Amino acid sequence: MKKVKVYVTLRESVLDPQGSAVMGALHSMNYNEVKDVRIGKFLELQIEEAGRDIDTVVKEMCEKLLTNTVIEDYRYDVEEVTSK
Amino acid sequence: MKFAVIVFPGSNCDLDMYHAIKDELGEEVEYVWHDETDLSKFDAILLPGGFSYGDYLRTGAMANQSNVMSEVVKAAEAGKPVLGICNGFQVLTEAGLLPGALLRNKNLKFMCRTVELQVVNNKNQFTSEYKKNEVIQIPIAHGEGNYYCDEETLASLKANNQIVFTYASENPNGSLEDIAGIVNEKGNVLGMMPHPERAANDIMGGTDGLALFKSIVKQWRETHVNHA
Repeated sequence: MKKVKVYVTLRESVLDPQGSAVMGALHSMNYNEVKDVRIGKFLELQIEEAGRDIDTVVKEMCEKLLTNTVIEDYRYDVEEVTSK
Repeated sequence: MKFAVIVFPGSNCDLDMYHAIKDELGEEVEYVWHDETDLSKFDAILLPGGFSYGDYLRTGAMANQSNVMSEVVKAAEAGKPVLGICNGFQVLTEAGLLPGALLRNKNLKFMCRTVELQVVNNKNQFTSEYKKNEVIQIPIAHGEGNYYCDEETLASLKANNQIVFTYASENPNGSLEDIAGIVNEKGNVLGMMPHPERAANDIMGGTDGLALFKSIVKQWRETHVNHA
């Protein structure tokens, strides 16, 4: 069993109004050192071994459903789940 | 002429669409559930507004994986008129039938009111009953109608006259170049955020949306019906 953590963010060329609003709030709290805030999504998948290359499977899922590559970028980490 | 109104779990403008076609236009129309696998008997496909699959993950993302969507793609490729309104527009971009994507409204608010639209392209099977640059009143109701595409896509939209409707007096959602509705390159797939089916009868506050549906029927009659 593998645990896959997928991080989805808006592409850099796409404005993130939520991120801008949060940055404004942080500035009003005197955290003026904050120069950018991007809000994204985090997905955690448990994936069983099925004889298919996990990178291929994860990339396929990301590009077909989990993200819209017109507006979003993604990255992911794969962790081994050790049974107790 | 026979229209299909595709119904996804969470669609909520399907009834308005159905009544606009049946009662205002007097054409045939049927609801089609999202797991249907054959749309061959229909002449036009309508994807209504709403919140398919609760807008989970992304608007339109899960609806795009429904069985019926491969049939919608087939209908579009066959040149049948395909109209996506609001959530229907979002589904069409997810399906790749229209370029770009719809982002959260710039002010992060759900906008629900009547706006002015300009018909920038009336040389189209969806807008032939409007005058060029006519300003019409159509309601909007969306939280994610901020149209976005990259510069290259925008240039090709302009070069091919694919921008059909723009917001006229104010841009309610931050949409690129005030875009409210676009067609595909072939001109038979239209996606728009405003709701013409909500402006189809005087009791709804206006009838400016009716000409869009009349344009579809007119084009279809001209190409399919032999006048006796």
